[in-house]
Amino acid sequence: MMNSIPTGERHSNESRSDSFVEIRGLTFYRGSRVIFNNIDMDIPRGKVVGIMGPSGTGKTTLLRLIGRQLLPDAGSIVVDGQDLAGLSRDQLFVQRRKMGMLFQSGALFTDLTVFENVAFPLRIHSQLSETMIRDIVLMKLHAVGLRGAWSLMPSELSGGMTRRVALARAIALDPEMVMYDEPFVGQDPIAMGVLVDLVGKLNQALGITSIIVSHDLHETASIADLLYLIADGEVIGSGTPEEMLNSKDARVSQFMQGQPDGPVPFHFPADDYQHDLLWGINET
Amino acid sequence: MKLDVLDRLAQLGQFGLGHVQSLGRSGIFLFLAIFSRAGFTGRGALLIRQLYNVGVLSLIIVTVSGLFIGMVLGLQGYSILIRYGSEGAVGQLVALSLLRELGPVVTALLFAGRAGSALTAEIGLMKATEQLSSMEMMGVDPLKRVIAPRFWAGVISMPLLAAIFNLVGILGGVMVGVDWLGIYEGSFWSGMQQAVDFVDDVGNGMVKSLVFGIVVTWIAVFQGYDAIPTSEGISRATTRTVVYASLTVLGLDFILTAVMFSEL
Repeated sequence: MMNSIPTGERHSNESRSDSFVEIRGLTFYRGSRVIFNNIDMDIPRGKVVGIMGPSGTGKTTLLRLIGRQLLPDAGSIVVDGQDLAGLSRDQLFVQRRKMGMLFQSGALFTDLTVFENVAFPLRIHSQLSETMIRDIVLMKLHAVGLRGAWSLMPSELSGGMTRRVALARAIALDPEMVMYDEPFVGQDPIAMGVLVDLVGKLNQALGITSIIVSHDLHETASIADLLYLIADGEVIGSGTPEEMLNSKDARVSQFMQGQPDGPVPFHFPADDYQHDLLWGINET
Repeated sequence: MKLDVLDRLAQLGQFGLGHVQSLGRSGIFLFLAIFSRAGFTGRGALLIRQLYNVGVLSLIIVTVSGLFIGMVLGLQGYSILIRYGSEGAVGQLVALSLLRELGPVVTALLFAGRAGSALTAEIGLMKATEQLSSMEMMGVDPLKRVIAPRFWAGVISMPLLAAIFNLVGILGGVMVGVDWLGIYEGSFWSGMQQAVDFVDDVGNGMVKSLVFGIVVTWIAVFQGYDAIPTSEGISRATTRTVVYASLTVLGLDFILTAVMFSEL
């Protein structure tokens, strides 16, 4: 179902680090709020890594930091042996060709058809003939079940379809790493099954390193080799899905079992509820 | 009380620093957009598409406005000059007013309102819907792919639109002065021919419109790129484009006029 595009020589894994992404001492603030507090993470080369955690813990922010769309306040992020912070603008754009990213919103170009959206990176970065581009685009769209929608505009797609087209575009150049931001949201059960299968196949057939940010615990656990659990600006647990599901750590267990009560708060930090209701909100 | 004064001073300093930072960012932004190597094919097609969006789609408002302004100039000029028996100088008045001032300035103001606001809103929405981010993650620099063609399209379109505005304005003056009010056609055109100097009037007017094109498009694309990616943020950025561009055009017009036409 998937095809391989000659996007450049793929190096042998032996000659390089086992980690495609190495994060050391990452600290990041939004205003005065700490999003990450000195965290370390390793994304192993050729593996599927799930990043999970309660809403608002900065999972999408982490993907943007890895792609250097944001710069950390402290620490380093090394992608495929390159510290992205030290690259010039042009070097950074070359390095980003190794990465694909599926955005939560899909982020399709609204003035291009589905076909042209998927063809966009191929037209920019490859010298392929028009016939070859057509075949690749149709194969990618077929893989996500939307070959028949090639002529539609993004405004004519549902949310789930938009994300599937965006996935086809993210893998158009067969990147070395794909970052998926909530790939399973809004998908019907059939599409969900196909997407889970597709992410697994991409990893197995092409050795693509995959980072999946998702709340869909069972789907992510079914294909992930490694899970990281983030909360309160820290990595509170990591391991294989089995290790995480059987973890004795109260915070990990609460999240993995989906329990409302536990050490991980459901509520965003706030003043006393009773005080707010009786005396009003303290605005300072 | 003392603290209040210090607070206000700090706020003023923050306001000033914010604007200086913004100016610096916009300068780097422009430099990166227009002086770096594109690195992809199809630049010509992108530029032509933007020339259509920015230039061709502004034609109607520019021609209609030019026609009416020329007609008003003809009418006002006639009503004043007839008192001195100099109605033959209406052609001269219409041409010089349009070529030196009204053509470049009014076209720039209309351009800021029509094309500038559209550019800001389009780029701001591309940012809000993560289209610019997705482009970055595909290894495509949006400054080269999105900003540069729009900037050049604005710079090329503005002088052409101003020329069309001048032409239609003069025709409006002819319609009112010659066809309606009966000024002798020979004196209308010969007065215009004698008074207008190609380099000093036409050339300087074109230089003005080129400068206005650079400034208005720069402001429009930067405001879109720098917009806060929310509905309110884009709305504010669009408003800022029209306000900043209009004020800058009027201020620059004074400076350019002083340099070009002053006898001092």
